[in-house]
Amino acid sequence: MLSALSVKADEASWDFSANVDLQSRIFVQDALWPGQESRSGQLSIAATADIRWRNAARNQRASFIPYFRWDEADSERSLIDLREAYWALEANSFELLVGANTVFWGVTETVHLVDIINQTDGAADIDGEEKLGQPMVNLEAQRDWGLVGLYVLPYFRERTFAGVDGRLRAPLVVDTDHPVYQSSREQNHVDVALRYSHYVGDVDIGLSLFSGTSREPRLLPSIDGTSLLPHYDQIDQFGLDLQYTHDAWLWKLEAIVRDGFSETFAAAVGGFEYTFYQARNSSSDVGLLIEIQYDGRNELEPITTADNDVFVGARLALNDIQDTAVLVGVGYDVDTNETFFNVEADRRIGDNLVLEVRARVFSGATPQNATYALSRDDYIQLQLSRYF
Amino acid sequence: MKLKTITSTALLLVFAVSLAERADAATLDEKGFEIAARSDRTDVGFGESEVELKMVLHNAAGQEATRSLRISTLEKPDESVGDKSLVFFNTPRDIEGTALLSHAKILDPDDQWLYLPALKRVKRISSSNKSGPFVGSEFAFEDFTAIELNKFEYTFIGVEECDDLQCDVLERLPRYENSGYTKQIAWVDQTDFQIRKVEFYDRRGDLLKVLELKDYRLYENGVWRAHLLSMSNVQTNKDTDLVYDDFKFGSGLTEDDFVKGRLSRLR
Repeated sequence: MLSALSVKADEASWDFSANVDLQSRIFVQDALWPGQESRSGQLSIAATADIRWRNAARNQRASFIPYFRWDEADSERSLIDLREAYWALEANSFELLVGANTVFWGVTETVHLVDIINQTDGAADIDGEEKLGQPMVNLEAQRDWGLVGLYVLPYFRERTFAGVDGRLRAPLVVDTDHPVYQSSREQNHVDVALRYSHYVGDVDIGLSLFSGTSREPRLLPSIDGTSLLPHYDQIDQFGLDLQYTHDAWLWKLEAIVRDGFSETFAAAVGGFEYTFYQARNSSSDVGLLIEIQYDGRNELEPITTADNDVFVGARLALNDIQDTAVLVGVGYDVDTNETFFNVEADRRIGDNLVLEVRARVFSGATPQNATYALSRDDYIQLQLSRYF
Repeated sequence: MKLKTITSTALLLVFAVSLAERADAATLDEKGFEIAARSDRTDVGFGESEVELKMVLHNAAGQEATRSLRISTLEKPDESVGDKSLVFFNTPRDIEGTALLSHAKILDPDDQWLYLPALKRVKRISSSNKSGPFVGSEFAFEDFTAIELNKFEYTFIGVEECDDLQCDVLERLPRYENSGYTKQIAWVDQTDFQIRKVEFYDRRGDLLKVLELKDYRLYENGVWRAHLLSMSNVQTNKDTDLVYDDFKFGSGLTEDDFVKGRLSRLR
């Protein structure tokens, strides 16, 4: 309600909004690992407040977005975060931003190789799309020939992992209280990144460089063998993202080269999305999406499941008043036969409620495979969000 | 001699008439284009505009839903280049901050980017979806993005009364690809040269939608703007109203406000 009151133009404007998410996960099988909650249900509640300000001259803005989550079963999934807390000043096509912010880079749907500024809130969701706010000084310059951004990142955010009570974890719990850093400055190592993005005709391009603490830790057993310790290495990474848009086709590619812990490796994800608009003379759109994932890292590097996989998905958008949308996908590891099924459906109810359904099934893993740990964690998730 | 003169005059007349008949179609086309161009040119020189509006959707059962949005437009005075526009959503709350940036072209597909605030992600999207519904409304993308003079071929049909005004009636045929329409009929008044009504015919040639443009107001810069656009789908009985606040002109928007890098910094 409040954001309808926001005022524009000749005076400073304020905008307030908020949302509360009530989430229930139902695991269909008994837990595999000792310590995990034995009940099939896992409830959590999350709240986000969103406060924004812009000055009268509209060359300064500020944002404050605290986020809070409480999980009744897994205390490691409870969290307080600042998704955004920044002040920004614009002048002559430059923008200086100081504070915490969330930034997304990339074009693909199934894995986000290039996106590196923000740490992943791994406990929140396994899709890697939930992020933690990143403290930064960011200078952006908009030119005719593209957008250039320089990022100075003075403080490192650790990845979140499910705790001992939580599902969707390795047999050993990740001990987030005892991270190991390659840099002696630990969390205070100053990371830097540079990004260029533009488009030429039907092609959108992004180039990025990152030098600093890897957002992905290596997980190594502790000396007493009772837990996994996250090891955060210093890395240099070059990233490329490309999209070619023609008719109803979107062709996408993301590639990285990382000088990591042990050796330099490359990884890439590419594919297409084709949409049948107003399929069968209805008002619905049906999209078909295929992406192929490759990752050349060796076993000493942080584990990835997106190493030699094919992902096929279909997207249905009803284009109705409720914005009903369904995404169905299957990921298949060509080397190991591990298979991942994913269903995501969203629909607005009335003006201020949104219902989301997620179903995820892990199949085909043997004890040698990375996703074996999740093999009994098939779940259905219902989330009701109320927007204010 | 006299007879001969009369005969040749008659022949000349017959010849002239047949010439006129043959020229008729071309003249009507030209007249159609001139009427459309005159209407379009009443808009020349608005520079840039910003407006807040409500989109009110009704389904056949009478259920109502409202979205509030802001549209910014940057005029490209050259008629061979399309305008740039930015549509920003305030509500529904769950999509607050979603924005659509369009660089309109005349006959080539427009360049379009969508900003998704939940992921803070800018996505280049296909603009071949001309005929799809815009955010669940009865407006298609092609109705909503900037209407450019040269996107259509025009034919003058005749003159009709429209409310208290006299209107020229034009047929316009989309020249761009992927249109959902075989033709449109537009009513343009002869006093202020503004479009008062448009009928849209679907791919089967049947009447699909009727758009009425009402509450025209003249701004200080000499530009007219309709403040109520009502689109009724006669096949589904759904309709969508666009209810505009006052337009703001000369707010100093520049090219830099219509670039994709801007999308994540709108709020």
